[in-house]
Amino acid sequence: MSTSNKQTADLARRRFLSGAVALGSVSIASGFTLYTASARPKGEPASSKIRWGLLIDTGKCEDCNICVEACKTENGWEGHRGNLTDPQWIRKVGLTDKRTGKKQSLPVMCLHCEYPPCVDVCPVGASMKRADGIVLVDRHLCIGCRYCMMACPYGARSFVHEKVTNQKPYMPRGQGTVESCTLCAHRIDDGRIPACVEACTKSGREAMLFGDLNDPQSAISKRIVQVSTTKLRADLGLEPNVRYVNF
Amino acid sequence: MTDLRQTKTYAVLTAALFMMSLLFMAGAAGAGEERVPLPHPAMSEKAQKAENCVAPVSEMRRYHMQYLKHQRVETLRKGVRGNPYSLKSCVNCHAVKDKAAGGARTADAFCSSCHKYAAVTIDCFSCHTNKAADRKKTSAVQSPVSQLAAHLEKAAKDRSLLK
Ligand code: HEC
Ligand code: HEC
Ligand code: HEC
Repeated sequence: MSTSNKQTADLARRRFLSGAVALGSVSIASGFTLYTASARPKGEPASSKIRWGLLIDTGKCEDCNICVEACKTENGWEGHRGNLTDPQWIRKVGLTDKRTGKKQSLPVMCLHCEYPPCVDVCPVGASMKRADGIVLVDRHLCIGCRYCMMACPYGARSFVHEKVTNQKPYMPRGQGTVESCTLCAHRIDDGRIPACVEACTKSGREAMLFGDLNDPQSAISKRIVQVSTTKLRADLGLEPNVRYVNF
Repeated sequence: MTDLRQTKTYAVLTAALFMMSLLFMAGAAGAGEERVPLPHPAMSEKAQKAENCVAPVSEMRRYHMQYLKHQRVETLRKGVRGNPYSLKSCVNCHAVKDKAAGGARTADAFCSSCHKYAAVTIDCFSCHTNKAADRKKTSAVQSPVSQLAAHLEKAAKDRSLLK
């Protein structure tokens, strides 16, 4: 009981704080600083001063699959049989407004919640949130119970049903564990942006904006205070760090 | 009295015979049955060039598993990169050409040499690739057979496109 009370209090404080940050950046906001990539020095851990986030502009997102394909090749999770049980780190969801017939397509992946329910339910501490807000599965500890998959309201995690071969050296994957989008933590640590964002930008659509939500000068923070953004299932209070605009 | 003495000599004799046969059996066993050979982990060209491991060999032999398990927590959970005890770097340096992997360099021969001896089984390579990250080079130098195979595969694909 006391923990849940504490968490609500934390939540409230957190919201208050993020509100304050947002106000601060409104008054400063003038220029447009793009995310400047720099690798974290060797041996230094991820910092809680940073809060990685993603803003997806569904207005610019077309009915293409570039982000999904980029993620597949980067992380090597292409399902070899097209089974329903194939892992899926990012997927395109199509929406049609029944009244107007307006169609929208948007990518959904791990939204890297501030208060991730997948972490709360994990019995072995494998499901975890890194200091910089990236939600991961520590597959060294994962026992494959799949509680986290049930707890995630976004259906973002997959279970690896089949034996995996030919993994990428930087992305170990194996049967019997749960996996999901890592926000390309291995690339971020190397000073690069996630593969999906890179591919989307290169394609000219520029529907994905990646950056530090804690830095009021970052392009993503500035955009978030300019436009109204949507948090999927905001009612759950999970505060996802991946948000949508024009949705 | 004589009886007792006789029994004593018999006892001594049987004991001596027993010892001799034991010695003989041990000798025969030593000559016939092979002991599990001591492991001699093969040094890859890359390791030979590097000359030194990431820590003194005596330390590596004894503690590499602890270093690796420490490193994986540091890297995965805390995001620390570029430390010497990265599994990727062990593989990259210690991998040797492996026929089972089509000539690519893998760490299997090196890592399993001692593990077989010590009856250790590791599951690391069910997720982590055992191949060194220089696969491109090996695929660039194609054997005539694999070139032909690639050619036939391409031709088959083209034909299916025509259908
Ligand atoms: C830059 C190349 C390099 C890297 C990286 C490297 N090693 Fe080594 N390793 C060597 C060399 C060279 C030797 C032999 C040194 C000697 O004989 O003095 C060696 C020896 C060893 C030995 C002892 C082998 C024996 O014959 O008894 C073990 C065990 C070992 N390494 C494990 C590892 C592990 C585990 C890692 C990863 C954390 C690793 N090494 C990373 C180069 C490397
Ligand atoms: C179920 C899959 C799985 C298994 C089994 C596994 N790992 Fe990992 N390991 C991972 C993942 C995923 C990462 C994260 C990679 C990253 O973020 O770069 C990782 C990262 C690591 C790292 C840090 C990255 C690197 O290359 O140095 C080390 C060290 C490591 N593992 C060691 C081990 C060892 C030792 C074993 C065997 C005892 C093992 N792992 C077994 C999935 C696995
Ligand atoms: C010099 C011999 C030797 C070499 C070479 C060697 N190991 Fe080991 N390794 C051992 C021994 C012996 C043990 C068991 C130690 C024990 O149980 O106390 C062990 C245990 C391990 C363990 C822990 C297993 C467990 O169940 O806890 C891991 C992980 C491991 N080794 C990884 C590696 C990797 C990866 C390599 C190749 C880069 C490697 N080892 C190369 C001798 C070696």
